[in-house]
Amino acid sequence: MKFPIFMDNHSTTPMDPRVFEAMRPYFMEKFGNAASRNHQFGWEAEEAVEGARKQIAKLIHCDAKELVFTSGATESDNLALKGVVEMYKEKGNHVITCMTEHRAVLDTGKALEKRGIQVTYLPVDKDGRVNPDDVRKAITDKTILISIMMANNEIGTLHPIAEIGKIAKEKGILFHCDATQGVGKIPLDVEKLGIDLMSFTAHKIYGPKGVGALYVRKKAPRVRLVPQIDGGGHERGMRSGTLPVPFVVGFGKACELCEQEMPTESKRLAGLRDRLQSQIMGSLDECYLNGHSTERLPHNLNISFAYVEGEALLMGVKEIALSSGSACTSATLEPSYVLRALGVGSDLAHSSIRFGLGRFTTDEEVDYTAKRMVEAVTRLREMSPLYEMAKEGIDLKSVQWAVH
Amino acid sequence: MAYSEKVIDHYNNPRNMGSLPKDDKKVGTGIVGAPECGDVMKLQIKVENDVIVDAKFKTFGCGSAIASSSLATEWLKGRTVEEAGQIKNTDIVQELNLPPVKIHCSVLAEDAIKAALEDYKKKAADEATPAQAAK
Repeated sequence: MKFPIFMDNHSTTPMDPRVFEAMRPYFMEKFGNAASRNHQFGWEAEEAVEGARKQIAKLIHCDAKELVFTSGATESDNLALKGVVEMYKEKGNHVITCMTEHRAVLDTGKALEKRGIQVTYLPVDKDGRVNPDDVRKAITDKTILISIMMANNEIGTLHPIAEIGKIAKEKGILFHCDATQGVGKIPLDVEKLGIDLMSFTAHKIYGPKGVGALYVRKKAPRVRLVPQIDGGGHERGMRSGTLPVPFVVGFGKACELCEQEMPTESKRLAGLRDRLQSQIMGSLDECYLNGHSTERLPHNLNISFAYVEGEALLMGVKEIALSSGSACTSATLEPSYVLRALGVGSDLAHSSIRFGLGRFTTDEEVDYTAKRMVEAVTRLREMSPLYEMAKEGIDLKSVQWAVH
Repeated sequence: MAYSEKVIDHYNNPRNMGSLPKDDKKVGTGIVGAPECGDVMKLQIKVENDVIVDAKFKTFGCGSAIASSSLATEWLKGRTVEEAGQIKNTDIVQELNLPPVKIHCSVLAEDAIKAALEDYKKKAADEATPAQAAK
């Protein structure tokens, strides 16, 4: 086993060596600018970019012309939300989204609110799913966009995207989906799901960091956007700037590999994840699964370990790369807003650990991780005044804490 | 954010982790923090002839919180009750090289020390005047 073990594949993924090989020629040999129309270097680069576009389109079942390359999913989210709001401002000024979206959507929503746009942030149920009826009820005659993510990055829960797509179609409202965590991991067809705009990125699917895409529907309806970056009109006027050719090539290759490997890979990862879950939860009491038990990404696990704090746990297993919803691990000292939206108490939010398995995760790594987690939790519980009090039969919810 | 060596040391080799009997007249117990905040420290001292002869801690919190309370028990042992009251959180910050974002862990440790001392003093006062306490 190689240490440290990487089990945080929701934050990013290692590049697949085959992706790296596909990218290599485009750095120093075929280094042309894809927009150079008058020489071999440009034509070669353009051919590579268009080839990648086709590979990506095949994975999500769209037309290659419907893809706009960006610097990543964050930029794609910004382009989708701001681009639509600005383009359709005569039609309305209301956007519907959800409380558990990624910051790239939530912070963009806040920025739009400052401009006078109304944003509704729908709640989720205890498993983290938004209710399609809540979406329907929130629609007004001023609504111009619904934005709901495909799969949550913390708890892996899958939203009912097809149902929401149907509602959006019925009401004639554009539907944007941040599919960053879903693309390449679960089968996805933008046509079947009724999606009009979709954000995703390469670095979550074993591709390079620094490139992503926005799917922009061209037919039924034709979606238009006000570009957020001007300067030359690249990507059919929607996103100016020289394309990072080798990264785009890598993105394409990553998508092609996902398409080929997804059927076997997702089964393998689900099996490994289930094994990790049963080994951990079978050996410890008072562990709670966060998120839906079945409507969930195959490679995600998120567990709260009562009475121990997340950052201390991570320190106890520092040879394994994981992440936590604890306040201590966040830059803002706030516990995970996703877990809070589920109704998970702050104490359990501080005690949560997220496991993200991936293409290169081995059985050995999973077994080792399970063993070490059980050891670390057990050790920290011995150190925990809360565990001591719970074992004495004290109801922690009734205690008057001396907070300063 | 890499941890300081000292924090890691206290985490791996906590000093005086455990519990003293709460009902012992010589033991002062301080519990500070709250589960919702992600930080709860229980600090206990055993005092004989005004000197802290034993101290124990248990902490629900991050590595820096564990280290802060572990260090506190180390410093408390051998001090008089008055000397113990002079321990400042800034001393803990310096000793453990705590970054700004972790300073509040040291503040909680100082609060825990003061809470334990207060509990001990209250018990000692009740001991001294049992007749009045019975009223």
